[in-house]
Amino acid sequence: MSVDTEPIRGEPIRGGTFRPRRSIVVTAVIGVAFLIAVACFMTYDLRGSLSYALELRARKVAAMTLVGVGLSVATVLFHTVSGNRILTPALMGFDALYILLQTVAAYLFGTFAFLRIEVRVRFLGELAVMMLFALFLNHIFLRRTRGDVVLLMLAGVVMSGMFRAIGNLVARLIDPNEFVALQDRLFASFSSVDEQLLGASAVCVAVALVVVWRMRYQLDAVALGHDHASSLGVDVDRVTRVSMALVAVLVAVPTALVGAITFLGLLASNGVYLATRTFRHRSTVPAAALAGATILIAAQFVIEEFFAFNTRASMVLAFFGGIAFIALLLKEQRR
Amino acid sequence: MIEVRSLVKRYGDTTVLDCPDLTLDGAGVTALVGANGAGKSTLLTIAGRLLEPTSGTVLVDGHDVTTAPSRELAARVAILRQENNLAVRLTVRELVEFGRFPYSQGRLTDDDHRLVDRALDTLELHEFAARRLDELSGGQRQRAFIAAVVAQDTDHVLLDEPLNNLDLRHAAQSMAMIRRLADEFGKTVVVVLHDINVAAHHADRIVAMRSGRVVADGEPSTVIDEPTMREVFGLDVEVTEHHGRPVVLHFLAS
Repeated sequence: MSVDTEPIRGEPIRGGTFRPRRSIVVTAVIGVAFLIAVACFMTYDLRGSLSYALELRARKVAAMTLVGVGLSVATVLFHTVSGNRILTPALMGFDALYILLQTVAAYLFGTFAFLRIEVRVRFLGELAVMMLFALFLNHIFLRRTRGDVVLLMLAGVVMSGMFRAIGNLVARLIDPNEFVALQDRLFASFSSVDEQLLGASAVCVAVALVVVWRMRYQLDAVALGHDHASSLGVDVDRVTRVSMALVAVLVAVPTALVGAITFLGLLASNGVYLATRTFRHRSTVPAAALAGATILIAAQFVIEEFFAFNTRASMVLAFFGGIAFIALLLKEQRR
Repeated sequence: MIEVRSLVKRYGDTTVLDCPDLTLDGAGVTALVGANGAGKSTLLTIAGRLLEPTSGTVLVDGHDVTTAPSRELAARVAILRQENNLAVRLTVRELVEFGRFPYSQGRLTDDDHRLVDRALDTLELHEFAARRLDELSGGQRQRAFIAAVVAQDTDHVLLDEPLNNLDLRHAAQSMAMIRRLADEFGKTVVVVLHDINVAAHHADRIVAMRSGRVVADGEPSTVIDEPTMREVFGLDVEVTEHHGRPVVLHFLAS
């Protein structure tokens, strides 16, 4: 008897495992979009020395992929740990700190002198300061308060406000010509990314992604909320600490590599949540990573080819990202 | 077996729980009763290791809840809290599948699926399995959470006011279900209850608390009498009897 009923009962089980299909389809679509974006970017309107142009573009594509993947996955992690989908890791003050660093350096050394500093030294310096800041915040607010993410975020908001205020003050002190040069530097640029830095950044991001992937099921449980996850045997405090450290790496590395990009992660992650209709990290992490890279490359392509470099992708992203963010806020309010 | 050892919880100078010694053992339903702020939920939440005690501890099968690995404890004790708002939208089946997390760490085996199905059957939830929790009524949602606890299949089940916001029929159904957890599945169930008469009728043992202390402990018929009720609830009530179980006429108190 049980032999007969077993398969019938098995149906809903399979119904349960059918559901990832939607997310697989979505991921595949985004993957194809990614390939199309890369192909367009690499081949459209190639002129001059083919090998030189291709190499230049390949490096740009690699940098953009790295940045898009890093920021998007960081945002997904941040959403899971904070239990809030309209936040961005920018809240923690990484962008503000980066801007402050650039401004202070421009004030101390002059923009042009600063730009002459060995690019790798600059990268390491910026990365070190941002990581130290993240570790400091994590240490103070996660170890001592037993994983109170809200407190951590409030501290991040206050700190980034302070960074911005100091940055503004310093900006007023520097030479107006240098200020213009500085302002341009503050928006992310992919034009001149050092090859070795790219390699090192790729390794950092790849290691972080491996850790994220290994935690994917625990992150699913953490997404239920602190108490539910604890009750299911997840060490929520540990997952939170590790996640915040990963967020730091995944935000600090791209920022040190190319500069600050706001809203990209928010755009990619929320788009993926809407499309996949799941919170499972085995679906959202790869999809968001691909989506982030795709959006960035597509935006850069459109700007380079159709706006003749008059504006930067990060500015356009900030514009559209801002609109999407407001839409998201309004939607949340209605719920 | 759940053993409370000189457990104290303080917020600043206020002691909200002071429980030197309490042992809960064997299959059965133990009800924690008392007025608001008596420390029932605090005791339960600490035993479910969702709250750190100021001092002392609780042992579950000999495992110290303040130090034992969370994963180890999750196979021994399940806790269901009052507010069950999830940060994400889940279907009933997905929620129940999470009950197997302590064993499978998210990758469900065939055995896990079988236990999930059994839990859905037990709570008659199969027709709702694909529905999202936020599309269900309060009673159905409560059942889904209990199903997740059943799927977690721990010897100890802690329930914090599971009858909150349930109407009479759903409350009765939930209590019948809680009885089954003890009678059919042999679990040690500890449940915080507001209604003393529900406790009197369904529990095997009543632990009455006031101001963070246990003031009475035993079978319903021994715990529930007029002096104890006055001590626990600060209310003069008449206690009568119905089918051998005490009934507190609290609604007649002035």
